[in-house]
Amino acid sequence: MGIEKHRNILDYTLLSLLRRKFKNIGIILVFTFVIFIVGSILFLSYSFKREAYLILKGSPEIVVHRMMAGRHELTLLSYMKDIIEIPGVSKVEPRYWGYYYDSMTKANYTILSMGETVMKTSRLLKGRLPEINEKNSAAIGKGVARARFIDIGNVFSLQSADGSQMVFNIVGIFETDSELMTADLIVLSESDFKRLVKMPEGMATDLAIYVYNETEALTVARKIRERFPDSRPILRDEIIRTYDAVFGWRSGLVLTLFIGALAAFIILAWDKATGLSAEEKQEIGILKAIGWETSDILEMKFWEGLVISLTSFLPGIILAYLHVFFFGASLFAPALKGWSVIYPEYRLAPFINFYQVATLMAITVIPYIASTIIPSWKASITEPDIVMRG
Amino acid sequence: MFLHPGIIALTIGSGIVLLLILSAALLGIRILRRWDIKSSSEEQLSLERKTYLVSILVQYALSFEILSVFLFIYTADDIHTLLVGAMCATGSLNANSYGFPTLYAKIVTFFVSASWIAINYLDNKAEDYPLITIKYKLLIGIVPIVLAESALQLQYFLNINPNVITSCCGTMFSEEGKGIGSSLASLPILPTKITFYSLLTILLVNGIAVSRTPIKPFTYLLSISSLLFFIVSIISIITFISLYFYQLPTHHCPFDILQKEYYYVGYPLYISLFSGIFFGMMVGFIEPFKKISLLRETILQTQHRWSLYAIIGAVIFALISTAPMVLLPFTLEGY
Repeated sequence: MGIEKHRNILDYTLLSLLRRKFKNIGIILVFTFVIFIVGSILFLSYSFKREAYLILKGSPEIVVHRMMAGRHELTLLSYMKDIIEIPGVSKVEPRYWGYYYDSMTKANYTILSMGETVMKTSRLLKGRLPEINEKNSAAIGKGVARARFIDIGNVFSLQSADGSQMVFNIVGIFETDSELMTADLIVLSESDFKRLVKMPEGMATDLAIYVYNETEALTVARKIRERFPDSRPILRDEIIRTYDAVFGWRSGLVLTLFIGALAAFIILAWDKATGLSAEEKQEIGILKAIGWETSDILEMKFWEGLVISLTSFLPGIILAYLHVFFFGASLFAPALKGWSVIYPEYRLAPFINFYQVATLMAITVIPYIASTIIPSWKASITEPDIVMRG
Repeated sequence: MFLHPGIIALTIGSGIVLLLILSAALLGIRILRRWDIKSSSEEQLSLERKTYLVSILVQYALSFEILSVFLFIYTADDIHTLLVGAMCATGSLNANSYGFPTLYAKIVTFFVSASWIAINYLDNKAEDYPLITIKYKLLIGIVPIVLAESALQLQYFLNINPNVITSCCGTMFSEEGKGIGSSLASLPILPTKITFYSLLTILLVNGIAVSRTPIKPFTYLLSISSLLFFIVSIISIITFISLYFYQLPTHHCPFDILQKEYYYVGYPLYISLFSGIFFGMMVGFIEPFKKISLLRETILQTQHRWSLYAIIGAVIFALISTAPMVLLPFTLEGY
């Protein structure tokens, strides 16, 4: 008897909702839209966080810059000798990288010289990387190739720091699946890089430091700082945490801006639920006259709210998923990621977990359900005789 | 404070719960002052209708509250990446002095509003609302608890500072450390196990006794043994149950079992414990209402049913927590 009764009430609710299709379709459409937007923001920020985490996972545990007058300076290679002697450090590697502004395409490229770190990602390449000491050859990212209309075997030139043109043969192009990292990248050999930017000997942009045990990274960083007070060690964990905070904060900000719209929707839902038509009132009156109790009407209204929420939730979340993972979140991406002339075209790796769905429900469904409580009570206390008398 | 989506959801949620409970309590005060079951005035009729509103307000508030306990733990777990030194929910909750009190307040709110709904259920079974005074006094009592919970939660989120190094479960529940977590973790395992299983037996015996004949000493004993079993269970989870799930003799965290790595086993574990304990405690709690002759039959039936629920909850909890001890090769003997 117990379950049967609830099932019958649900059955009745579904039929009565179907009878009033048009009134409810409005609510469902708007609700779907609300869920779609909140869901897109959530999915997008989580998948950015995840992407950042996956990329940074392979980076060195510590990066050391040198600071001068509060500005980032070139690091002395002589630091390496001392750092490698700190217990726990497995490898120290100089890194040469920087940015190059190309006035022709009005874009910034990231220029990088060959090191072991790049070798690790070389499997992503079409063609090959320039050899360590190979002169005048380069591997470029897809974005650079697109902007300059060039392909493997072509040549292109960059203006070096002393004003002369340097010509490079393109020996490789990074493939699309790593675009987030490589779209604006130009990889050169070490000697070419130094000539291009006129970097003095015995210097590097920064030092990458690998440690055996990741939990010791903090201690190693402290020792580096004590030994070289002008240095600034940056931990990988710190970078990951910063990305997390930035994306969490950005999505929170967009969500907060969106709360006004959510409130408007709640008022709409409240209004719709309060404004019972004469027909509906009569229906409830008849139900009560044939023996339904106030609590049964309340249950019917509860099912009504649940059916509407879930009917909107499912398409809303599916649309958000498609929007973010198949169409690159074209509506919100500019607010959440950042921008640049050469921007990587990429498809985010789908990442969705129970927590995101629960948060989405808490933000959208709970306010909706709460807004219908008082209207459904008002409907449930309708007196049969008053309604039927007209 | 960060504008994290989970934090926004929880803040909105607690605002809504507060609003629902406050309006229910205001209605409750009016009902308390004006209630006269013998009167057939217009006002009494409208008050009787309002009781429906109060009960659905609290019911919705409770269901949101249950959701918010899990969302809170999950959010704490999610933001641990933002905090130096935190590796799971323990670290995040420890980030300032409001974290754990918020969790406790949430658990108290959960139990209190669930008992309100249980009493309301009984009250509606009788014709003339015999429990109405108790019911609405309890409702007014819920208000400060919910208020405190919302305030604590807000303070917790406002005061999270990502630069303060927090200590995580590794240190907080370590055997050498100081503080309550550590002293629980360093309890000797064998005596704790014996206490745990003997209390479980007492609870089950009482439960069976109540389900056969719901009379006085057994019902009260079931309540007391449920409460004791709850405390001992939480201690046991920290002292030895969690170790078997982690398969590590040194890891005592009560939150990590909620994570994916342990197949979310914490959820059925805590849900069965909380619901079993709740029904066990309620059996004795409603014993005094037997004096009301109209309710006597209903209460006898209810006690019978709830004692069964208590037994089922406790058994499921015991099975889940015992399974890894029996089925997995990991053993704690010798430590």
